[in-house]
Parts: sequence; C-alpha cells; structure tokens
Amino acid sequence: MGALSVRDVCKQFGTSKVIHNVSFEVPDGSFTVFVGPSGCGKSTLLRMICGLESVTSGEVVIDGAEVNDVAAARRGLAMVFQSYALYPHMTVYQNMAFGLENIATPKAEIARRVAEAARMLRLEPYLSRKPTALSGGQRQRVAIGRAIVREPKIFLFDEPLSNLDAELRVDMRAELAALHRRLQSTMVYVTHDQVEAMTLADQIVVLRAGRVEQVGRPLDLYNAPANRFVAGFIGSPRMNFLDGEFAEARDGCAVVSLPGFGLVATDRRADGLAPGARLTLGIRPEHAAIDPVGVVKGGITLVEQLGGLSTVRIDAFDLTVQIAGQTSLRLGETAHIGLPRENLHVFDAAGLALARKDAA
Amino acid sequence: MANLLTARRARIGWDWTDWAAHIYLVLGTLIMFGPVLWLVLSSVKSESGLQAFPPTILPYEQASVEVPQRGGALKLFTVTAGAHAGETLAEVRRMGLQSQLVDPAAPDKLIRVKLEERTPVMRLHAAWENFTELFSRFAFGRIVWNSLFITVVATLITLLMNSMAAFALSKYKFAGRDPVFLLMLATLMIPPTIVLVPNYLIASQLGLTDTPWGVIWPAVATPTGVFLLRQYMLTLPDELIEAARMDNASEWRIYWRIVLPLSAPALAVLAIFSVMWRWNEFLWPMVVLTRSESFTLPLALNSFQGELTTQWHYLLAMTVLTLLPVTAIFMVLQKHIAQGIASAGVK
Repeated sequence: MGALSVRDVCKQFGTSKVIHNVSFEVPDGSFTVFVGPSGCGKSTLLRMICGLESVTSGEVVIDGAEVNDVAAARRGLAMVFQSYALYPHMTVYQNMAFGLENIATPKAEIARRVAEAARMLRLEPYLSRKPTALSGGQRQRVAIGRAIVREPKIFLFDEPLSNLDAELRVDMRAELAALHRRLQSTMVYVTHDQVEAMTLADQIVVLRAGRVEQVGRPLDLYNAPANRFVAGFIGSPRMNFLDGEFAEARDGCAVVSLPGFGLVATDRRADGLAPGARLTLGIRPEHAAIDPVGVVKGGITLVEQLGGLSTVRIDAFDLTVQIAGQTSLRLGETAHIGLPRENLHVFDAAGLALARKDAA
Repeated sequence: MANLLTARRARIGWDWTDWAAHIYLVLGTLIMFGPVLWLVLSSVKSESGLQAFPPTILPYEQASVEVPQRGGALKLFTVTAGAHAGETLAEVRRMGLQSQLVDPAAPDKLIRVKLEERTPVMRLHAAWENFTELFSRFAFGRIVWNSLFITVVATLITLLMNSMAAFALSKYKFAGRDPVFLLMLATLMIPPTIVLVPNYLIASQLGLTDTPWGVIWPAVATPTGVFLLRQYMLTLPDELIEAARMDNASEWRIYWRIVLPLSAPALAVLAIFSVMWRWNEFLWPMVVLTRSESFTLPLALNSFQGELTTQWHYLLAMTVLTLLPVTAIFMVLQKHIAQGIASAGVK
C-alpha cells in the first residue's frame, strides 16, 4: 500500500522555476532513488511529495488519491531528514513516540511499536539516552526508527547518509537495503551519490536542473543512458566522451569520424543524420581497452595502479581506460586504445543517445 | 580565591601594572559594594544608633541593665572621673548638668556624677526588630504578597505572550511579518513616560486601577522580550519543526513541546529580566495603585519617606528585604544574564 505518482509537477519560488513538468511513477513496494547534482531540485521534489512545499501546478497522487492540498501529516508518509532533525530535548524513546502520541495512540501500542523498531535497529540499549549522547550512525537509526513506528505508506529519505563518514555510510547503506527487504514498503530516497543510487535502487530518477533526464532500473541507466548527461552521471569513473562527426551510414549504422584518428564504426542507427553532423562517442573506462591496433593513440599522462585495477589516461580526448589487473605501461609511453563497437554510445548534437540498430 | 587575589601579569615579581590593577579593582569593589554593605549593616541598627554622630560602621547600641527596684531597664555608663572612676553604673535620671546613677548591684544608693564625667557603655547589637516589626506594625506581608504576585504572574504571562509572538515571527512566513516586527522594535524608541498618561487612561477605563492586574497587563508585551526570543528561535533548525509537522503535531504542540523547551536558555534570560523589571518597577505602579493595601514594595518604601519624618530604620530594613530576592536570583543566574545581555544587547 504505497504507490506514488507524480504528474506534470512544477514548482516556482517567486519568479524562478525550479521544477519543470516532472512526471514519474513509483510502484508500490519499490525503492526509488532521486539522483542528480546538487541544486537539481531533488530535495524540493521530495518536500513537495511529503507536503512541506506546496505544488505550483500538476499533481501528486498517493494510492490513487490526489494529495496536493492534504497536510503533510495526513499523507501517511514519514521522512528521514538529512540532519536527522531529532528532538534534542527528548530521549530516543520520546523521539520515536512523539508522532504516535500526537495521534493519541494508546500507551501500550506506542511501547510495543517503539520496542519493535528499537529491536530492528539495535537501539534497545539507548532508549533512555538523549540524541546528543549518540554517535552519528545511532542518530541516523533513531531517525529511521521514528519513521518506522508510524508505519507509513511511503518512507522518504533526504540524503540520509551524507553526514556519515565513508565507512559508516557503506554499513548504513546495507542496513537500509536490508530494512527495505524486511518492511517491503515503498521508499523514496534522495542522494547526489550515484553509488548509493546504483546499489539501493529498484528504480532511479535522474534529475538535472528541475527536469527528469531519465527514469529506469539502475542497469538500464548504465547500459542504455538516454542522453549524454545520464551517461556521464551514472558510472564511476565517468564515461569518456570523444567529439567527432558523422561520416557515413554503413548497413544503416553510423560511422563516426574522429578528427585526426580516422573512422569508428558503431551499432547505432544513422536515421536522418546529415553528413558532417556533430556526434559524440561515449565509452566507459572499463569498456575501452589497450589494443595495439586501437584507433585512438596518445601519450600516457597518468597511470594509477590499484593492484586489482589499473587506470591509464592518455592525452588524446583525455581518454581514461580502466584495465583489470596490473599493467606494464609507463608514463610518457604511447598507447593505442580500442573502442569496442558493442560498448560504444553515440550522442547527437543535442546530447540524445542514438538507438541501437537491433533495438526495435 | 587565593589565585584571584595574587594574580599577576608574570610568574615572578610584581609589576607596577599588577599594583595598578589590584588597587583599581579593590577601589572598584569598595565603591560598588561599600554602600550595599553599609545599607545591610545600618538596617540592623537601632533608631538611635542610626542617628548617632559620628556614625559607626557596626550596629552599636547603648547597653542597659534590668533594675526592678528603679522601675525597669536602665542605661549603663562608665564613670570616667571622680570618686567612682572606672565603675559601670546605671543611669536613673538626668538632672541639669548632673546625672543620677546607681550601682545595679546596690540600687538603693544614688550616685551623682557630672554629665561629662560619664560615657555610655556600647555593645554590638543587631536590631532584628526592625525587620520583625515591619510585619507586626505594618501590613508588610500584604505588600510582599502584592509584589510577589505581580512579579510572578507578570513574568509567566510575559514569557507566554512573548514566546508565542516570537514563534510566529521567527518560524512562520506571512505577508507583513517583517514590518510587524520592525513596528514592535520601533516602540522601544518611545520613552515610557510618554505613554504613561494614555496607558493610565486605558487602565482606568478598563477598571484596572488599584488592582494588581493594572500593573501586570500593560507590561507583559515587551518588545525586548519578543526580540530576544525571536533571535534565539531563529537559530532552531526549521527541519525540527518540519519533522514535528510530519509527526502529526499540531501547531500548538510544536510550540509547546518542541519550540518552548528548546528555547529554555532564552526564556531563562527573559524570566530573569522580567523578574527584575517587575520587582523594581516604581513609576507605573505608583500611578495605578493608590490604596496602601495594594502597594508593591518600592511604593511602600517610598511611603516611609514622610514629608517631616522618615523612619529610617524601617526604611533600611525594607530596602534590604526588597533587594534580597533580586540579588539571590542574580547570583545564581549571573552566567545566563551575562549571556542574555550579550545576545540581545539589552539591559
């Protein structure tokens, strides 16, 4: 019980429009992540869903009912804030019980639910402590516990891990994933960290400057980014982009000419491309390969050996290549890089990806 | 304490700046604290002790002795010259330039001594009756109750009203919020004497004169308090209030359960200020309260100062009693007061 749909939603602060006609569906029980660079409007969107910001136009629908004018508290949602927003003068128990007291839940029921949440989040030893006496990870769990006890239709998380150190973040990420499996509730999660997005999400909504760039499953976004922005944003290290132009169509597929290096064949459809049109090739570092007959050639400007992985960068296109294992290449040598046809992405002048030939 | 008294600029030797600092501080302490000390000591002097010349620092009183055969308490003198020099005798009466004295051990025999040949025997004596008689001879309990009632009730209402206004002004966004706030602050620039008459007219129209409420109501909305609390509440994170809103809390509950407890430091400061203001307030109560049974302490103090005579011993005792609560509060909470002054720029 917790399907959410956002239909054509806009948000305007004064004269500046920060959310532009955003639409997407969050299926019941799914874990959806909003991801995007800071300032892209993802937090604003979340606050509009939970009712802390008004919706300028469009509609937010929860379980089939439009909730634009329903107060935040009555939407049946629970939010975990970036700063946790724990009540500093209350104990952990009181923090979790506050929301239930407000709706006049019987004392015994409150105690039962808090005890259950505390057990689930391993907070039992801390119930009588104040938040200031807790570590960052414990505070985070209290904030989650406060959401759990209310048994909401949808959980909303606003960058919940950004205040934790790197190690704890990995742990909490796993805990959140486990929590989602156990509760089976709908969760909507905001982050600017694409690793969190990739690891947690059933569905990712990529936002930029108040617009949805792409919605899809994590691997779909990785394998078939709809545009250059998504291609660059999802995946780490980021995708290489090589600017070239349309040379010719071969079997209906575009052949791209890279200035100074020659022609590169792709498996992308060349429909409607004019000769000389600007095209950008995209290749992920893990897909490019050191290849003695590779089309791109350049002097090596960086070699990073991580043991299991090596990263090599050449001066042509600032191309980065990730090689499994270790490498004998050295700084200053010349390397040839091969661009495997099946892993190449092609973007037109507007940044949109060209479709694969075999795609319907 | 020892560290404070021997504090120096460097570890070794006494620089002239050390001397200067210590002298300055000792002088300052004497100038500030001397009058208060003298007030406290004088408040336990007897009426005659107060009028003695030269004045004494400690409360002295002439010793007396009970001589039943001579009709009660007689004052003791030491004879300084003549046949009885060195003896301590009790004075029965003065006759012209002579004094008739008796030995308390043998009260039947009168001894005549010249006035200048005897000096009174003084002993240390605290005249606590200055204090006890305040309660028995005047309706002092009633006056203390008036002051207490006005101070406590006005402070509670002040805290409630000002914090509600501050909450609205700091945490809600509404059209005209800033003009309203500025308007409130602007009233600080109007001297209270200017609004005295209009305030009085309103109070009398509402039938508040000669009641404690006439003193309480006009003073509860203080721009200073609203300002102080608002500045503090601005520092409370909005996310807390949003979290409470998500937690189904009504606006009143957010105010009562979240904002008020978290504003406790600022509320404490305002409470101290309010207690000091209301306890010491003089002009407005004097205008509103006319019957002596509704007087507050400062008014009662004023009424002891008659046109012809002033009962200094009662006046001083009452002054001490008036000072005590505020002093005690200040001593306990001076850290908060200093912090409050620093954060609000008021005094």
